[in-house]
Amino acid sequence: MVAPVTTSTGGGAAKAATPSRGGGRSGPSTLLAWLVVVPFLAYVGTFLVYPTILVLAGAFQDSDGGFTLSNLTDLMKGVYLQAFWRSIELSAITALLGAVFGALLSWAVATGNPQGLLRRVVVAAAGVLAQFGGVPLAFAFLATVGFQGFVTQFLRDSLGIDLFAGSAWIFDLPGLTLVYTFFQIPLMVIVFLPALDGLRPQWREATESLGGSAWTYWRHVGGPILFSPFLGAVLLLFANAFSAYATAAALVSQGSPIVPLQIRGFLTGEVLLGQENLGKALGLGMVVVVGVAMGIYALLQRRVSKWQ
Amino acid sequence: MAVTAKPGRKIGGTVLRWVVLVVLGFYFVLPLVAMGEFSTRGINNTRSLDSWTGIFSDPDLVDAILTSVELAVLSSVLMLVLLVPTMAWIRLRLPKLGRLVEFLCLLPLTIPAIVLVVGMAPLYAWVNYFLGDSPLTLTFVYAVLVLPFAYRAIDAGLASIDLKTLAEAARSLGASWGTVLWRIVVPNIRTALIGASLLSVALVLGEFTIASLLNFETLQVQVNLIGKRNAGLSIAVSLACLVFAFVLLFLLSYVGQRRRVTVVED
Repeated sequence: MVAPVTTSTGGGAAKAATPSRGGGRSGPSTLLAWLVVVPFLAYVGTFLVYPTILVLAGAFQDSDGGFTLSNLTDLMKGVYLQAFWRSIELSAITALLGAVFGALLSWAVATGNPQGLLRRVVVAAAGVLAQFGGVPLAFAFLATVGFQGFVTQFLRDSLGIDLFAGSAWIFDLPGLTLVYTFFQIPLMVIVFLPALDGLRPQWREATESLGGSAWTYWRHVGGPILFSPFLGAVLLLFANAFSAYATAAALVSQGSPIVPLQIRGFLTGEVLLGQENLGKALGLGMVVVVGVAMGIYALLQRRVSKWQ
Repeated sequence: MAVTAKPGRKIGGTVLRWVVLVVLGFYFVLPLVAMGEFSTRGINNTRSLDSWTGIFSDPDLVDAILTSVELAVLSSVLMLVLLVPTMAWIRLRLPKLGRLVEFLCLLPLTIPAIVLVVGMAPLYAWVNYFLGDSPLTLTFVYAVLVLPFAYRAIDAGLASIDLKTLAEAARSLGASWGTVLWRIVVPNIRTALIGASLLSVALVLGEFTIASLLNFETLQVQVNLIGKRNAGLSIAVSLACLVFAFVLLFLLSYVGQRRRVTVVED
């Protein structure tokens, strides 16, 4: 899952090391200095860069290893294109829902005591759901609104409402949208809380002493300041939902409505002859979409950190 | 606040705040209650703890839990061994490489696990050829997956101490680089290291994508598998996982407390 980590340390990373040339010696010891970094680079090269290149390069290869664009042109049609659109739709809707409700929750938490229990509980719970939810979230969802779920039974027995009157919607896009909000809203809290903490109480006081109302404050001070962080968070949430796999995989065992599940199909052997590298092309497509969203997010972050 | 706003407005804010907290609180607590209810269902509308005691009587599940715990420990250790010397060294001697290492560490955020696993499959054919097909070989991927989380925690820790002065002082007293690392750097960023490890443990215990698609039986893979025949058991384990991760992160919020910048509000 894509997730930025805000560990407890406040803005400590901001004033990262400014390189000073104090202890820098040159000559053979520089070469030795580089050797220390080699194990890390070799490791990351083997277990991160190499497999990534394998996927990206494989997207342009046919089954014999020759160069081809046919994998990519196949992406542009039929079920694969549909899966991409569905993935984008799911990610966009849950990003917006998550951003709006997550921002509200962050605000409700940020106005309380920064060392208080409420904040600790919300932040810890948000961390769990946003970053480590995965399969348990799917089962939480089934226990709640599955065929035998708690809410399903309650509605059926007490109010005579059948949740599944229309269809088995929980195993399709509507269900995925609902269950995705369970990690999107918490992720928004983690991302957006630091931005809200950056609002100084003095600004509020200044607005009020000049006769401004709460509306004036949010319209002319708080709103504009939070706009970039909010937009950035929406992009991050989008990327997060787009790359999420575990929850959807545990929930949807048949059919592949979204791209990550399409890729599962290729890995578990539902492959037509001559299409072995189509899975890699799907991977390339995902990296491009996530890369664009994260790239814009990084640009926005840079703008924000400039004056905060 | 120094200036008292009109009372009506303040009350409006407080009411809205509680409405948000109660409504969203309900939204997130409801599934937990549902899991508790579902996992304690017995026959004929009775209550029973069979699902919970079943956790320990299912040998596959117990094996998977042990595997995941071992993986969590191994991955955390490997992550620390890889990152701490490298990051400290880069701050001391090779600041030019800082950007590259940061880029590499944050790269897993841009490459979805489901994509990474496509490239891992051929690589793991080799790993399993040389090291056998123990699920513990997943340590190699997991150390990569936790990089962004661990990097940020350790980076913040290193930024909060005056590493250069400390190292130069130790060096001028005759300490070797190994001593500097082990007796100066590590103790000084202890809380950051604990934070990085707790995050790694939580991530590894919750990882499903890569384990399931490389066909290793870890905790989450088993939970998913069991769900097909015994929903109650899977839901009980899921609830336990969520609660356990919550406790880890809740503890983490106290671990990092010492260095948190306190915002004075009133």
